Amino acid sequence: MLDQAAGRYQGEYILEVDHIVKEFPGVKALDGVELRLRPGSVHALMGENGAGKSTLMKIIAGVYTPDGGEVRFAGQPLAIKTPLDALNSGIAMIHQELNLMNWMTVAENIWIRREPKNRLGLIAHRKMREMTADLFARLNIRLDPDAQVSELTVAQKQMVEIARAVSYNSDVLIMDEPTSAITENEVEHLFAIIRDLKARGIGIVYITHKMNELFEIADEFTVFRDGKYVGTHASKDVTRDDIIRMMVGREITEMFPKVECPIGETVLEVRNLTLPGVFQEVSFSVRSGEILGIAGLVGSKRSNVAEAIFGVHPAPFGDVLIDGRNVQITCPSDAMRHGMAFLTEDRKETGCFLILNCLENIQSALITQGHVKRGFIDQKSVTAKAEEMARLLRVKTPDLLEKVENLSGGNQQKLLIARWLLTNPRILILDEPTRGIDVGAKSEIHRLITNLAVQGVAVVMISSEMPEVLGMSDRIMVMHEGRVSGFLDRAEADQVKIMSLAAQ
Amino acid sequence: MTDAIVTATPRRRASVSELNILLVLVAICAVFEMLGWITQGQSFLMNWQRLSIMILQVSVVGIIAIGVTQVIISGGIDLSSGSIVGATAMIAMSLAQASGYERAVYPALTGLPVLIPVAVGLLAGLIAGTINGALIAYTKIPPFIATLGMMVTARGFAKWYTKGQPISFPSDAYAWIGKGMHPVMIFIIVAAIFYVVLKYTRYGKFTYAIGANPQAARVSGINVEKQLVKIYAVAGLLSALAGIVVSSRGLTAQAGMGTMYELDAIAMAVIGGVSLTGGRGTILGTCIGMVIFGVIISGFTFLRLDAYYQEMIKGVIIVAAVVADVYRQKKRSKKA
Repeated sequence: MLDQAAGRYQGEYILEVDHIVKEFPGVKALDGVELRLRPGSVHALMGENGAGKSTLMKIIAGVYTPDGGEVRFAGQPLAIKTPLDALNSGIAMIHQELNLMNWMTVAENIWIRREPKNRLGLIAHRKMREMTADLFARLNIRLDPDAQVSELTVAQKQMVEIARAVSYNSDVLIMDEPTSAITENEVEHLFAIIRDLKARGIGIVYITHKMNELFEIADEFTVFRDGKYVGTHASKDVTRDDIIRMMVGREITEMFPKVECPIGETVLEVRNLTLPGVFQEVSFSVRSGEILGIAGLVGSKRSNVAEAIFGVHPAPFGDVLIDGRNVQITCPSDAMRHGMAFLTEDRKETGCFLILNCLENIQSALITQGHVKRGFIDQKSVTAKAEEMARLLRVKTPDLLEKVENLSGGNQQKLLIARWLLTNPRILILDEPTRGIDVGAKSEIHRLITNLAVQGVAVVMISSEMPEVLGMSDRIMVMHEGRVSGFLDRAEADQVKIMSLAAQ
Repeated sequence: MTDAIVTATPRRRASVSELNILLVLVAICAVFEMLGWITQGQSFLMNWQRLSIMILQVSVVGIIAIGVTQVIISGGIDLSSGSIVGATAMIAMSLAQASGYERAVYPALTGLPVLIPVAVGLLAGLIAGTINGALIAYTKIPPFIATLGMMVTARGFAKWYTKGQPISFPSDAYAWIGKGMHPVMIFIIVAAIFYVVLKYTRYGKFTYAIGANPQAARVSGINVEKQLVKIYAVAGLLSALAGIVVSSRGLTAQAGMGTMYELDAIAMAVIGGVSLTGGRGTILGTCIGMVIFGVIISGFTFLRLDAYYQEMIKGVIIVAAVVADVYRQKKRSKKA
């Protein structure tokens, strides 16, 4: 039953998007974009964050309705008003956010709304399990159909999503950054699945940030910029730089504008920091003006070390010294008193107050440090400071009273940096400062970090992006499973050395 | 396809939550049994009369709790059940009065076949529930507010209906509905039906799906709005059923009937392991929660504890159940 339906269409394009327009209050998210998908091909959709890729996909999948333009499916105009319409038309989508139902089993998640029934009209759980097992066998996924989704790892959840999308036997499959949560091995697995689907004549739209994926899997690609269509090419005809140019509309000559600057005294020193069961005997020091990069694979507990130092989850053993003096940090406000600032890994979950406006977000750390007159916040002074900082960091928003959830990832990150800079930190801990941020904003944030180092701030930067760690750091500390596995100087560090320390 | 990727198989998790709740029930019974022998010199459990009264006392609210269970699983809450009990009791009773009764609400409509008051009562509950559901699904106001509005409105309606006068003298057929152990039987039938519905039908799967992740439910093609309306309509219907049973049993309907039933019903569900965050809970759990609730009340009476203490302790138990739920979730997320 899994082989029926898909891949019947013989025309040139299975899915055609013509002049789609979509406006949100204050923003034109899509301005007449185009996309042409051939059956049996993988079409990558590229663009910076905020280019409108996900918006278009949500229109095709029936989550949003367009304000203008036309979507044609197998040559016929398509009127999709709900996700159900899309699924019925033969379009399935893997959403960027994981869209699974916790507390339900893997099988229930995959077959929801399509559960097999027995003669009494009741759901046949055994049949559903078998169908799931068949599907998994076909896709080489090894997962218990009866496992509860809440018990799965993020990567396993992603595989369930992929399996569910495939199970619809649709002619068009949309994948919105399907590899953002999975490891190298699983990416290979996913690509194998994609090649198989392609061979069956299914058209796949593949949204990604990752250049190497594009060259490995995509036949063609289309680039959007700021909600506008830029162009479509066959991937074999272009180079990496061509695509970057199309995406940003400008040359990025210096990805990592590291400036050599004098390095001063040791500001932060950590000795034998241990959180039993998480990380052991972590020791390092950072000097003023220095950027210490922390590299490591997922599970190396780098973020836990940062959280321990900043007092989010303090470590019971070991010492933290600031300017050579032993300090006790049991909560973040202790850390702030000692001149620390911490940009967390997940800006949406633990960084921004999404439903508050930009000003409120910038001010939140500042107002814990005074700026109070007779019990009330000194609005004039904090607003002036926040506005100045937002201007300095070039936060792009029509209005600082805009809710932060409406900003792009890069601008949210800038806001968070602005928040912490207002506290005049001497030690800045950054956890994945450019994750999920587009190329342009990335280099701006790198420039900011460098400038701070020049001004004498001691920077600790956790990053999973090898080029970022190599490009930005004066020294690199590599962690492996909760332990420091080595240090590398800027001059000697390269990808191979880092990897061999990180993977051991 | 050649690449076989070993994706570790997570441990299958047995549904132990009902078992846990059952253990709590056993423990509570054991405590009362022990206290019974110590303070009263007699057994708490070995007394059929006490047990049957106990189950009878909670079965009417139990019917409501079944409806409330599916509402909470969907991530919502229903505060209007108690008021719907009052309103539907009044409506049904006004059409169920014995023939020839002179001071009937509708003197021309006495001695009707019992089907009519029952059908009209159920319909009234269904309508009230549908209004709840439509408000929640289409205006996107929080369930708390929508059903709070219905709670006040339905109670007002019940008072207005006869300007505060009670309605009495039902026909024999109507009085039969709530006689003897009938409320318990009605509860068992309702519970059995919804046990199957939640476990073996799409209605059930959709309810869990919406509670677990409404966005995921929507992109899976579920019409979330329609399903929400159904869920609240069913809750209203079951409240109406409870209203009919309680008025039949009491041989009278009063505007104040069912006051606080909504909270008792929510408490039964929560004690039974239905998570207020949605997506988790079972009918079986709620049934055990109902029995725990009954045992505690009847246990306190048995120990001759003041009724005022009973209420206070009831409150403590509800909060303790929610704390236990939060604690369970925390433990699980730590493990993951």
